[in-house]
Amino acid sequence: MPERRSHVRAQPILFCKNGLMDSSAQVDPRRHSRDTWIVIPLYNEESVIGRVVAELREHFDHIVCIDDGSTDDSVAEAEAAGARVLRHPVNLGQGAALQTGFDYVGTQPGAGYIVTFDADGQHRIEDAMLMLDLAKRDDVAIVFGSRFLDDRTNPGWVKHVVLKTAVWVTNLTTGLQLTDAHNGLRVIRTDAAARITLEQDRMAHATEIVLKLGRTGLPWREFPVELLYTDYSKSKGQSVLNSVNILVDLLVR
Amino acid sequence: MWIQILLVVAVIVIGLFLARPTGGDSHLAIRRLFMFGFVIVAIVSILFPQWLSYIANLIGVGRGADLLLYALVLAFLISVATTYRRNVQVNRRITHLAREITLARAEAEDALRRAAVVDSAARPEAPARPEAAERVEGTVRVDPPKLDGAAGQVG
Repeated sequence: MPERRSHVRAQPILFCKNGLMDSSAQVDPRRHSRDTWIVIPLYNEESVIGRVVAELREHFDHIVCIDDGSTDDSVAEAEAAGARVLRHPVNLGQGAALQTGFDYVGTQPGAGYIVTFDADGQHRIEDAMLMLDLAKRDDVAIVFGSRFLDDRTNPGWVKHVVLKTAVWVTNLTTGLQLTDAHNGLRVIRTDAAARITLEQDRMAHATEIVLKLGRTGLPWREFPVELLYTDYSKSKGQSVLNSVNILVDLLVR
Repeated sequence: MWIQILLVVAVIVIGLFLARPTGGDSHLAIRRLFMFGFVIVAIVSILFPQWLSYIANLIGVGRGADLLLYALVLAFLISVATTYRRNVQVNRRITHLAREITLARAEAEDALRRAAVVDSAARPEAPARPEAAERVEGTVRVDPPKLDGAAGQVG
């Protein structure tokens, strides 16, 4: 049994050597399909959501998209690709969509783990699979994805500064020591999700979720993930100005 | 000099009030107290116009009109603060309401789906599934209103 570390700095390939993927049962691409629910907040992503859901369907049975009042064909695309789509009657924000997803998965029999996944296709499914491996092997309740644990992701220096500032604020307010904030890829065991309620409807939920999960006192880890900065996700990504909104949302309640 | 201390303290108090976690209807109570004070001060200054200048001189402000301006600035800040908090609370309520609608709709759809699966399992030769799927479309789905183009399609 390896020692417990809060930060996992090894590359995924090392986990294979450490025994994470040594048995044939564990390299099964659908090894997490039965007990894992993928939760995707969805807002006007019609051009990519179909492909994202279709690729997830190869690994998982249960994919829940929470449509946050999209005005395009996102709902039809996601449903055609095989996702269960819940629809907010009005636009509420990504944090509200995540909480709706947590509430829904909480009612589903057999749900053991929730994976939060971004709709714009910037996360790698392989990372999610390895994070689930880690959560199950070491019995941790929460695994946060971090793009700063290795050098695969290059966000550019402006975004780097903004994100590192967000990390600093997050660590300051939550008391956890994370290397990345506002990374949409997380594994949350359902009992941990049931113990939190997100009240920040907009983007500040990324800090709030760390804060509230940290307060549960359940064991957590970080795991190195790669973010695929496509032109599409860049154009959709948060602007520097939006970080001002996040800060105000967190300070003024 | 007194006026500077008074103003700085007032601004800090308003700022702290904004940053404090939401607690019930305190913003409403403060709004009402503030309105009550406003009415009293308005009546007194109408009846005794010299009163404002007297107070102003007492706390180190040149004219009554200047004091009025300072009071207005504070009043505006308080108004912004209480309105912001009120908005946050209203938004939270809307979120809960919308989430309940979403989950209730999802539950109804899931129940119909289960019924459709049972249906098609019981009578494999009958085309039960498509029918049931249409029923889902017809009765449960409530699409968010489309703002553009919908009116033209209706007519």
